[in-house]
Amino acid sequence: MFAAIFGSVEQGIIYAIMALGVYLTFRVLDFPDLTVDGSFVTGAATAAMMIVLGYHPAIATLVAIVAGFIAGCITGLLHTKGKINPLLAGILMMIALYSINLRIMGFTVENSIGRPNIPLLNSDTLFSQFYGWWGNLGIDEAINSFLSGIGVNFLPSTWGTVFVVAILVVLIKLIFDWFLKTEVGLAIRATGDNKKMIRSFSANTDNLVIVGLGISNALVAFSGALIAQYAKFADIGMGIGMIVIGLASVIIGEAIFGTKSIVRTTLAVIAGAIIYRIILALALRIDLLDTGDMKLITAFIVIIALVLPNYFDKRREKSRKAKRHAERVASSTIVTEQEGKNLA
Amino acid sequence: MLKLHAINKIFNEATADEKIALDHINLELKAGDFVTVIGSNGAGKSTMLNMISGALTPDFGEIIIDGKDVTRLPEFKRSQLIGRVFQDPMAGTAPTMTIEENLAIAFSRNKKRGLKSGVDKQRKEYFLQSLEMLHLNLENRLNAKVGLLSGGERQALSLLMATFTKPSILLLDEHTAALDPSRAELITNLTKQLVEKDQLTTLMVTHNMQQALDLGNRLIMMDKGQIILEVGEEEKKDLTIEKLMDEFQRIRGEKLTSDRTLLSV
Repeated sequence: MFAAIFGSVEQGIIYAIMALGVYLTFRVLDFPDLTVDGSFVTGAATAAMMIVLGYHPAIATLVAIVAGFIAGCITGLLHTKGKINPLLAGILMMIALYSINLRIMGFTVENSIGRPNIPLLNSDTLFSQFYGWWGNLGIDEAINSFLSGIGVNFLPSTWGTVFVVAILVVLIKLIFDWFLKTEVGLAIRATGDNKKMIRSFSANTDNLVIVGLGISNALVAFSGALIAQYAKFADIGMGIGMIVIGLASVIIGEAIFGTKSIVRTTLAVIAGAIIYRIILALALRIDLLDTGDMKLITAFIVIIALVLPNYFDKRREKSRKAKRHAERVASSTIVTEQEGKNLA
Repeated sequence: MLKLHAINKIFNEATADEKIALDHINLELKAGDFVTVIGSNGAGKSTMLNMISGALTPDFGEIIIDGKDVTRLPEFKRSQLIGRVFQDPMAGTAPTMTIEENLAIAFSRNKKRGLKSGVDKQRKEYFLQSLEMLHLNLENRLNAKVGLLSGGERQALSLLMATFTKPSILLLDEHTAALDPSRAELITNLTKQLVEKDQLTTLMVTHNMQQALDLGNRLIMMDKGQIILEVGEEEKKDLTIEKLMDEFQRIRGEKLTSDRTLLSV
């Protein structure tokens, strides 16, 4: 149980980077961008390919981020310059990326053009390099001896992963929050909010949409590159349904933590990504369900996250109305009583 | 300052719905001119404003602002020079963003947007001072989302934002028409105040004749895509609604078709 949740938190934090990207398009830009299913794999494939070819994992990850940025920009170009509907522009890019991703992974083999997966079992990754440094610190031993001291029987092999990805995500969140408050960031937000208005304040909405989609998919590809290094493989099918997972994270987070400000919402999205992974892990522990049911469970979680808040809002509104009505009735009876006394 | 030269625009050309929206429009505004535009529905008033702002491009003719031909300049580039307030109070502001963020967007209209913080201490101070002029107590709600404001408050904010960077041209498209009378009066007064403060060259479309007479130093009347009457500074001073109606009848040989508030106050 604890092991499953621990793994979910690790993964959830990495997927949170992707969820932030989805938040940027779906919520901030109001652009339902389906490129994500493709660009996630692009990130994973690019990083895995370069690592296998012997590049430093940090460089491999950076190139993966750039690849995602370019993919997003192309979707933006299709929509703004090609006047293609946002959904369709994303789908077209997603399907084009499928072939491109096969080719990217194909760079690792000499006698074939495409390749559907790359294992990274014995390769150096960002994580394995980090463990080398982390292991010398002795923090794992300290935490684990403390935990076993208080009677916890599950002990993870390392706390390093959680530690490093948490720091990374907090950093990304801070940069993300800051960016959305810069002049360009404000203009991007206004583009999603009121295009007519921001155009009348001399902002090129086309360019803002393109840059926004680029940044979003750069984050998605970053997440893909990290997942590939975390799971030690890249696979052509690993992006299927990614957009729904991203949306699930955004919706769950917003429903639980609210959207009062940007800072709060980005935190909600990250928490949503982690909660989604935990729910999934718990659901899979039910004997009836199989790993193949994951997508079904995902769809189910999203539906619940979409429907429940409406239901609660309505109920809250109803009880608020009833309370106010009761107050009015009470105050009017007091007045009539007083009037009665005055008369007497 | 602003010059329209022989502007023509036909919608749905060569179809059954063909409509001549603008028919050889010539208009010149000098610096500091405040021109009010009246006319019945479909006279081409809004089309003319949309031509100037760049939302529409003319079929023929030239638009010159500050001596520069801007006819083919895209809307977003042209709007560095042009401030606009729309009829719909929701149209001029971004509802999910705060008051200060909206002001920051207006503030960077004529600057290159970069990675500088949109709202810094110095700007905040300027925003506060500007909001105080509105007397709507918005200066104490800098962090409120604009979507929470009333229609009148949003329109006042839109007006402030449109005039923030002292644009070469200010375009007002029936910006009080969607408000109740008391709010409309407030916005009218505010318009006067803001335009006078910076001596803005202004073009205001209105359905309200009294407003057209009260505001501005010049008046034009449009009908069927043409400018049929131009009233200069001296004549405008003793113009009345009756005189305007008579004038229309004399030119067109028919009674001015009343629509909405055209005849009323």
